[in-house]
Amino acid sequence: MTELLAFTIVGIVTGSIYAVAASGLVVTYTTSGIFNIAHGAIGMFMAFVYWQVRFDWGWPTPLALAFVLLFAAPLMGAGIERTLARNLGSASLVSRLVVTIGLLLVLMGAALNIWPPQGRRVDGFFSPGGFDLGPVFVTWHQTTTVLVAAAVAIGLRLLMFRTRAGVTMRAVVDHRGLATLAGARPAVSSTLSWALGSSLAALAGILLAPVLQLNVQALTLLVVNAYAAAMVGRLRSVPLTFVGAVVLGLVESYAVGYLPDDGAFTNLRVAIPTLMLFLALLVIPEVRVRAGTTIAARMPRTVTLGRSLLACAALVAVAGAFALAVDEGALTEVASGVALGIVALSLVPLTGWAGQVSLCQMTFAGLGAFGMVRFASDGSAVGLLAAVAIAVPVGALVALPALRLRGLYLALATLAFAVLMDNVFFIRSDVFGNLGAVEAERLRIGGLSFEGDRAYFLLLVTVFGVLAVGLLALRRGSFGRRLSALRDSPVACTMMGLDTTVTKLQVFALSSAIAAVGGALLAGLRQTATAADHTMFNSLPVVLLAVLGGITAVSGALVGGLVLAGFPVLADNVSWLSSLAILGPGLIGITLARRPDGLVLQAADLWAGRERLRAAASGLPERVEELGLTVPFEDSHRAAIDRGLALDA
Amino acid sequence: MRDPAATPPPVLELEGLRAGYGRIEVLGGIDLVVPAGTMVALLGPNGAGKTTTLAAVSGQIRPSAGRVRMGGVDVTGAGADALARAGVCTIPEGRGIFPNLTVDENLLMFTHAGVARSHIQEVAFDHFPRLRERRRLLAGNLSGGEQQMLALVRALATRPALLLLDELSMGLAPMVVEELYAQVAAITATGVAILVVEQFASFVLGVADQVAVMINGEIRAAGRPEEMAGQLHGAYLGGP
Repeated sequence: MTELLAFTIVGIVTGSIYAVAASGLVVTYTTSGIFNIAHGAIGMFMAFVYWQVRFDWGWPTPLALAFVLLFAAPLMGAGIERTLARNLGSASLVSRLVVTIGLLLVLMGAALNIWPPQGRRVDGFFSPGGFDLGPVFVTWHQTTTVLVAAAVAIGLRLLMFRTRAGVTMRAVVDHRGLATLAGARPAVSSTLSWALGSSLAALAGILLAPVLQLNVQALTLLVVNAYAAAMVGRLRSVPLTFVGAVVLGLVESYAVGYLPDDGAFTNLRVAIPTLMLFLALLVIPEVRVRAGTTIAARMPRTVTLGRSLLACAALVAVAGAFALAVDEGALTEVASGVALGIVALSLVPLTGWAGQVSLCQMTFAGLGAFGMVRFASDGSAVGLLAAVAIAVPVGALVALPALRLRGLYLALATLAFAVLMDNVFFIRSDVFGNLGAVEAERLRIGGLSFEGDRAYFLLLVTVFGVLAVGLLALRRGSFGRRLSALRDSPVACTMMGLDTTVTKLQVFALSSAIAAVGGALLAGLRQTATAADHTMFNSLPVVLLAVLGGITAVSGALVGGLVLAGFPVLADNVSWLSSLAILGPGLIGITLARRPDGLVLQAADLWAGRERLRAAASGLPERVEELGLTVPFEDSHRAAIDRGLALDA
Repeated sequence: MRDPAATPPPVLELEGLRAGYGRIEVLGGIDLVVPAGTMVALLGPNGAGKTTTLAAVSGQIRPSAGRVRMGGVDVTGAGADALARAGVCTIPEGRGIFPNLTVDENLLMFTHAGVARSHIQEVAFDHFPRLRERRRLLAGNLSGGEQQMLALVRALATRPALLLLDELSMGLAPMVVEELYAQVAAITATGVAILVVEQFASFVLGVADQVAVMINGEIRAAGRPEEMAGQLHGAYLGGP
């Protein structure tokens, strides 16, 4: 009984922290339409700032709190809104996501640079005092946490429903243009909501820091727990979000207390937010599809089979010449760029063509590597088949609950799934060994070995080329048209009897298969497969760089992969750039807010600009009338139009 | 030339107004005057540029050339929210309400124009008693006519100098539309200048003081409603 009470109290306290974080997420998302993946990262960064002023510089607690919650955090939130999030509302889902993903990586990199990992103590409020609740000792920090959450709940309710500022925030969500016409300033509302959300993230971070200690990754991952809680309120309702948060806290606490901590249940606690999230996704009713949203999407021209084969052959030929020209060390770096390019290629049909976003491509790559090392220890082609055979059903299973819902839910479900796999699967000793790394053989097909670095490089380029040609062939066919239709208007697809869920499932499976192949080949290239290479935090830069290269173009994936592989090389060779390697992908992500088309399409535009000038010189037909398009107009037509104008009454 | 001492400048005056979306120019130079207490109807077929004219006047899009003057003051390029606070009331196409806010919260939003909440509620419930019964309902759950009434409350209660109405009739039964236009005519009588866009000419020919017909981004004909009624279809079709 005492035990149960103790676990219940811990659960409610943890749930209160999640509630504060989740409500901030909901306020920002509903008001500005941007789901802030960096929400946890902001809380993390602000917890460090709090540590700096409160414990390192020794400011009094009230002053330190006021500085962080009323000044630093709101300023950061408002700044992010002004510079990055504004005007992103009408951008495509992936453009909206990459910006906050970039922000997450920048904040993590900045925190690691400013506060290098070392033991930092954050004491709870009024620590170490407390009181006895029956047989259980409750600290003042725990009491404060629960009271703070209650105050946040009441405060938010009053703000959103009783004040004009709050009602205006909701009005902006509802009908932004009309809010402007009524004289409200939507920009001010958005800024306010980001300042508020950022401040709530900071509060959650500060409350959580004494529990988790100042750990960059753990605090950043708070966003997943917050998201799971917010999902219970369908990212809209603050009261339901609070319920979800407390339930999540309680379940986590009971799991720690009552589940055996060995065997199949190892690390299950970490998986609970993800499991709850999937449960919420399963029971959530389908949102009504929104009609009439057109997304400004640039698509590259379709390419004929002949042209794509020619380009593939040219690529392999150039790669062959390159392989002979450079030394093997440099070649390995470029080869890893090509392998990452294959993983990035998996996003082209899924994200570029179908408009769905996955944030766990490195997880599928990890599954591919797992298939390769466990089922083909000799490097035979069976490994590749095993990679695909594992990744496809897992991918389908992950995507299924989220597929019938909006694209954002799929993206966030994949994010949660990546975290789950990091903590539950890749960590196991029978996956990547006791030390988290196992040896991987390079592929051999029949008698053909790709043991040498040059041969393996050419293999990677050829695989990339063949996959790219195959994808382009798919795009020309009916499947490709279905994907484009899905991206342009899910509503119209449904109206025409196209099963959007099946199409999404197919493209998701295809994408996980390609990522798995990329992962299997990457493991062979490095001759080792590790858990650390396939974490959620590795998946995020892949998305960012694929978007940078041009997510709608297969060539963009190659560019993205090469740039991604280039960062560590730069950092190794130019010392002052070493922090760029950490910050680089994130910085690229946040600049993508302004130029979401990607490098490849922009290069193509420059080329096309010249073509257009040439075409303009050739001229148009002189007289359009000569085309015979005119129809004589008669009185009966006129009468019909009068009726249409309601003039006959 | 007008003598400023003798007659006050018109509430709205457009001079060579050009505007469009991106590189596509929709309005090719519009000249239009709406004096106080006058209702001007802008008629024309689909795609003539009527809604674009309203968008340019209300500040939703920036004119590429020409001038917009209100009460003699040049307001070209001013933002929509600033104009709204200055006394321009725009009721856009479709429903000019917030569907996920309650009727009461919708009324609260109207206070951005600088009018007290109590006054807005008084006007709303006096003119449309049905809204009082439904004040706690989400506006999106009201009938189409009730929603348009709620939208009109903004015009009635915020005492604008200029009212811009876009397709009040859209999706409503003719009887409801006539009731709404009767309210609009009552607003004109209080000295408000009104520019109304309508595709169905017959609704406004009876209540408007002036009619301007737009084709292809230009005003082709303008005059009193009774003069214009006979030539409307010619103007619409570009015939003789």
